[in-house]
Parts: sequence; structure tokens; C-alpha cells
Amino acid sequence: MDHDALSIDHVSHSFGRVQALKDVSLTVPRGAFTALLGINGAGKTTLFSLITRLYDNRSGSIRVAGYDLRRQPAQALARLGVVFQSRALDLDLTVRQNLAYHASLHGIAGREARARIGEVLVQVDLEQKAGDRVSALSGGQQRRAEIARALIHRPDILLLDEATVGLDVKSRAEVLALTRSLIADHGASVLWATHIMDEIRPDDDLVILHRGQILRRGRAADIAGRQGLTQAFLDLTGGGA
Amino acid sequence: MSDRSFPPRRWLIAFAGIARRESLRFVNQRGRFLAALVRPLVWLFIFAAGFRAVLGLSITPPYQTYVLYEVYVIPGLMAMIQLFNGMQSSLSMVYDRETGAMRTLLVSPFPRWFLLASKLVAGVLVSILQVYAFLAIAWLWGIRPPLWGYVAVLPALMLSGLMLGAMGLFLSSAIRQLENFAGVMNFVIFPMFFASSALYPLWRMKESSPLLHDICAVNPFTHAVELIRFALYLQVNWGALAVVLGCLAVFFGAAVYMYDPSKGLWARRKGG
Repeated sequence: MDHDALSIDHVSHSFGRVQALKDVSLTVPRGAFTALLGINGAGKTTLFSLITRLYDNRSGSIRVAGYDLRRQPAQALARLGVVFQSRALDLDLTVRQNLAYHASLHGIAGREARARIGEVLVQVDLEQKAGDRVSALSGGQQRRAEIARALIHRPDILLLDEATVGLDVKSRAEVLALTRSLIADHGASVLWATHIMDEIRPDDDLVILHRGQILRRGRAADIAGRQGLTQAFLDLTGGGA
Repeated sequence: MSDRSFPPRRWLIAFAGIARRESLRFVNQRGRFLAALVRPLVWLFIFAAGFRAVLGLSITPPYQTYVLYEVYVIPGLMAMIQLFNGMQSSLSMVYDRETGAMRTLLVSPFPRWFLLASKLVAGVLVSILQVYAFLAIAWLWGIRPPLWGYVAVLPALMLSGLMLGAMGLFLSSAIRQLENFAGVMNFVIFPMFFASSALYPLWRMKESSPLLHDICAVNPFTHAVELIRFALYLQVNWGALAVVLGCLAVFFGAAVYMYDPSKGLWARRKGG
């Protein structure tokens, strides 16, 4: 298939009189790591909620692997893997039980589910923790389990909303390295929302979102220029406020 | 392709997965099971003994003879278990929504009405297990409805549980924060339970307050209790059945509306 993993075209969204997103357009090519950079309140979570259909998209279009989210929601959602900013795993259940539950939400069970659970646990290096309750895992391990959950149905694109928030430096680096390895080793496509500039590499596709609008799109190194990404970001956003 | 393109097996897998998660959570929270049992047992062992001394009961359908107050109150306590279970499910929905766990359910490719219905049915199955555990203890206490009543009451429990669970589902969609849930206890559960035929027959209520009698008569919980009461004695209360089915349709329809991404709760929520 030659569709982009994700294509967002002229999407706007309001909460009453407050416009949260204004005419947002972006694409995530297949096999690419696209960073969505913005301060808290920029509209990243609203955009993720529209892509995941938690909010209804009323203007513009969102296509996942070529499937229109409004017209073909089941096909589009089946191709999305999502790691939300807040914890989505059940603390009282084991890692394996959580993964089995999420596999079932995609209609996968039995031998196929067991095989996929084994596969994603290897990918996130949690095979030894499969039988442990999620509550017994460290913050970084919980995040990796969340990524395993998002991968269980082999999505075309992985969305991660501030996936490293609340993690220590080591765990942050591990989660980021794991996500990048999914692209290198498995050809995954990733949209990585963050407000931490250290997480962005010069070769990454970068989208800067501020006050609901996209200010710049392009290769991170090109946007950063000689002044560096932090200064370029501050210049673009007028100090980030 | 549309939602209908999922083969039936995949729908079954999704439902089984949701039901399994509910049962695992239930098993992991043994305190919840005990609390669900202790509450009606306190009513049965303590309150019923006291009420028995002051409350005379005449012969009213479905009973064909004078019955002890403990016998009368059993269906009300069965419905009470389901009412609290429905509210417990609602509470866990609000909690799941606040923590983010709800999002993973709602971003499943299956239609939202199906996901909510599956969660509802799974919760009701858990509540039915609790009811039968309560009936077993009541049997040991000497309260023994007809043997076939234990079978006949199952569909009534399913319907009443679905209605009360759907009400909880709707309430969970309307509650914005977990802290607001205490209000539900004061303004929904207690009035519903006490202004019903669970603890006293409506004709007794009429003697003391015709207005309260009318309120009890329109309370959906009264009809859930009566549906269970009649089924337990191998009869069908058609009026109660109609009200329970009607309320189930209204509550579930309202819950699906509120959880729809373009309407209700989710349309009003603000992101970051």
C-alpha cells in the first residue's frame, strides 16, 4: 500500500468558543518517526483524541493507512496503536492478562493471541515480567508494557502522547530507544507527541504545534538551523507562552 | 467495509475479553464481593428481625399465604445487590475514565454501543453470582422459595441487572469527576432503594402517605423488585416487565448517546 500511515487534512476543533485546533494538516509517512512538539496546552492531546475518535472530527479529514476515520472508523481504529499520556493498563492484572484483554478488543484470542503476546513482550523486553502484576512494575516497565499493548494488533501507526512524562532519565531513554528500534527493526510508523526537545533527533520529521496551530513542519535539523532547536522553538512561539 | 464486516467470532472474542476482565477484577477485589454480600445480610439478619415485629403483611401476590417479613424482603435485597453493583460498575467507569483506562476500551474498532453493552452484560453476570451467593445463605437461614424459582428468577435478574447497570452507565457518563460520586449515593441509590417496594409493600405505604406511594409506584427500582419477586415464585409480573424493559432501553440509549464522540460527555471534554 502506498498510503501515508497517517494523514490529517485541514482539521479544526473547538470546545464551545475556545478553538483548540485551527486548520491542522500533517502527514506521517510509513516507517517514519514524526515528532509533534508543543508546550502543554498546545493542542497535542486534543489532536490525539480526534485521531483516536474520542472526539468527533467535524471539519477536515483524518485518514489512517488510507481509511477515513469518519466513514470507516472500524478499519481506521484497527490500524492505530495508541499509548496515552495517562496510564491505561489495569494495575490489578498481570502484564499477560492486560495484553490478552487488549488483544480481545481487536477480536484476537486463543493461540493467535498467545503468539502475539509472546512476540510483543520480546519486542519490549518484558518476557520475564509477563506473569507480574502491572502494579509491581517500575514506571519505565509500565510504559514498555503500554507500548506492547499498543502493538498487539500490529497497527500501521503508533501514536504516543507524552509517553515519557513522569519517567526518570534512564527509563525515558529506554522508552525512546525502544520506540525508535520499532521503526528500525520492524518498519513501524510513529507519531511522538512531546514537549521535551532532547527527544528529537536532527533527522526526525518535526511538527511544531502552538496554540492549536502548526507553526512549522519539516526536518528537525532544517527547523533548528544554526541556532539550535530550543532557540528556534522559542523564536517561533514567541517564548513558548 | 463497515462495522458489520467483523465476523461473528471476533464479536464473541471481544465480549469474552471484556467479561473476563470484569471477572478478573472482581476476583482480585475480594473485599468488593464481601461488601456486596454483607450489606443485604445485615438487612436480613438484623433489620428484618426488627421489622418483623412491627410490620404485619397480608396475603398479596405472588404470595399465596401469610409470609414472614424475612421472606418478603428477600427480592428487595436481591435487587439491592444489583443496584449497588450497577453503581459500583458506574464508579469503576468514572475511575477508568479519570485514569485513562476507559480510552483503551473506546478506541477499540468495535462500535461503541457494543463495547458498552458488553461491559454492561459482564457487570450483570458478576452481580448475578453475588445474588445467588446471597440466596444460598438465605436458604441456610431458612428462607426457601420454590426450587424452580431459583431457575425462573434468572431471566428476571438479568433484566433488572441490565436496567440498573444501564442506569449506572448513564450516570457514569454524566459524572465529570470521581469526587461527585458521593452525590449519587445520596441522590440516587438511597432514594431509589427506600422509595420502593423493597422493604415494605406499596399498600402499606399508601396507608401512611398516598404521595409517597405514588412516587414508589413510578420508581423503576420498585418494578425491578417486583419482577424478581414474582419470578422467584414462578409468576410473571407483566407490568413490571414492561417498565423494566422500557427503562432499560431509555437508560442504555442515553448512555450510548452520552458516550458518542460527537455528542454528550466526550464532545464537552477539553483536551491539552
